[in-house]
Amino acid sequence: MNKCLVSLLLLANVMSASAETVFVTLEKDNAVAVVDPLEGTLLKTIPIGQRPRGIALSPDNKLLYVATSDDNTIKVFDSDTLNERAKLPSGKDPETFALNPVGDKLYVSNEDDSMVTVIDTAKNKVIKQIKVGVEPEGIAVSPDNHWLISASETTNMVHWIDIKTHEIVENTLVDTRPRAASFTADSQQLWVSSEMAGTVTVFDTPSRQLVQTIHFEIPGISSDKIQPVGIAIDQSRRFAYIALGPANRVAVVNAQTFQVEKMLLVGARVWNLTFSPDQKRLYTTNGLSNDISIIDLDSQTVTKSIGVGNYPWGVVAKP
Amino acid sequence: MSLLHYWRAMSGIVGRELWRFVTQRERFISALVRPLVWLFVFAAGFRTALGLAINPPYETYILYEVYITPGLCGMIQLFNGMQSSLSMVYDREMGSMRLLMVSPLPRWFLLISKLLAGTGVSVLQVFVFLLIALAYDIQMPWQGYVLVLPALLLTGLMLGALGLLLSSFIKQLENFAGVMNFVIFPMFFMSTALYPLWKLKESSVLLHHLAQYNPFSQAVELIRFALYGQFNLVAFVYTLLAFLIFMALAIVGYNPSKGMMTRKGSV
Repeated sequence: MNKCLVSLLLLANVMSASAETVFVTLEKDNAVAVVDPLEGTLLKTIPIGQRPRGIALSPDNKLLYVATSDDNTIKVFDSDTLNERAKLPSGKDPETFALNPVGDKLYVSNEDDSMVTVIDTAKNKVIKQIKVGVEPEGIAVSPDNHWLISASETTNMVHWIDIKTHEIVENTLVDTRPRAASFTADSQQLWVSSEMAGTVTVFDTPSRQLVQTIHFEIPGISSDKIQPVGIAIDQSRRFAYIALGPANRVAVVNAQTFQVEKMLLVGARVWNLTFSPDQKRLYTTNGLSNDISIIDLDSQTVTKSIGVGNYPWGVVAKP
Repeated sequence: MSLLHYWRAMSGIVGRELWRFVTQRERFISALVRPLVWLFVFAAGFRTALGLAINPPYETYILYEVYITPGLCGMIQLFNGMQSSLSMVYDREMGSMRLLMVSPLPRWFLLISKLLAGTGVSVLQVFVFLLIALAYDIQMPWQGYVLVLPALLLTGLMLGALGLLLSSFIKQLENFAGVMNFVIFPMFFMSTALYPLWKLKESSVLLHHLAQYNPFSQAVELIRFALYGQFNLVAFVYTLLAFLIFMALAIVGYNPSKGMMTRKGSV
């Protein structure tokens, strides 16, 4: 009897340990969808604000940040209760943003003003605005907290900003319409996707020099439909996963050789993606088919697509 | 009649069919070429034709070649069933059928043995096809390859029984072309083998109904669900009933005192 009880408790422990929640911003529904990815079910949809797009979790996973673009603010929620805790002064029309590894600074791309706004999350105030190129979109902080990267869509540039001084150290030209930027876990490489050029450029961080330009080809799909946006690079830098927009595919790239090894079919216009906390799965938002796809990374197969609501945009996974 | 007689007769019939299949290399290759052409050529042209909708047993988006693979398994069995029917007519013309039918064993047993032989051959063909599809990166869950076996046995029996039934109606080998035009093609094209039901409904409600009640569609769905480790009860019951009806009619058809054979006076 006692053994049974212990086993049940252990099982309950294991089950709660493996629980996971995925939050998806729904641009058209003005809401966030809450998904249980292990069960493959949509749990609930919560109204969150006007036109939510960028979404992130604090490093301790306790806070959920959502850019509600048409409210001109970034809202902060308790990630357990989804009660609103604060509104950050993001500037006009926030779309994408990044938190530093500590979580005390948040960097927002202000597309219309060609600015990056630096916000102190604890004091809830703007501490700096950095002038960058036209239409900044992609934004990333290196895991070693040394670099802040802003990618300007119209200027076709990435701006290397020293995170301590908030000054631009160097501007590097990239292919047409850069959308997303992502560092490898060791901060040694920066990957930038260029939507119109259909490429991903990889830079060596210490030298800020180009290492490789990755091209994508899908038989039967015209090249203008191959528009890379979201980038996810695994912890050990074995594979990188690139969302290819209207090509409805996620490219699996060998992050050591930069060879495209596989194309995975997901829903329509895949833009953003995120790993599960254990990096065993990848979640993609498919904007035009109104669903998210779950990719099992061991087998590198798409296992399920779940309807979540209108125009899913950003996605994060909470353990 | 002892059980040994039955066993000898069945193993003789099944063994002859399998031997014929193995030794006739052209038949083996042509049986595979047909679905492979559909898979590599036809499906390649329609890769993105399915549009966006997820229907059971699929849980996410699939390429067209993945969709038609179960349909092509069904196609192999459909053509195999008809091939058996053709060989029955041939045997009848050559006289070896007479030899079989004058055996002291019951006629129904001989026909079922003949049917099992044909089904065995078709299952073999399907697995070779699935193996080639696997090399082409069309992968099912591993349990699907096991669970599809009983499904293939039932669908093979049903389509084989249909072949037997048809062969009881065909007087001469030349008439086989009619079977192709009036049975195989309509059955294959008015089914879920090439396109899902919802896609058919978009263009014609009548076609949708015809495909829905086509026993070949149900056989394909049974195979499709089994390949993904799922059991489709409706498809199973439908296929089983179709098998029983076709088989009963075939047995009647081959009965010299009642069936078509009397009227044709051919066996």
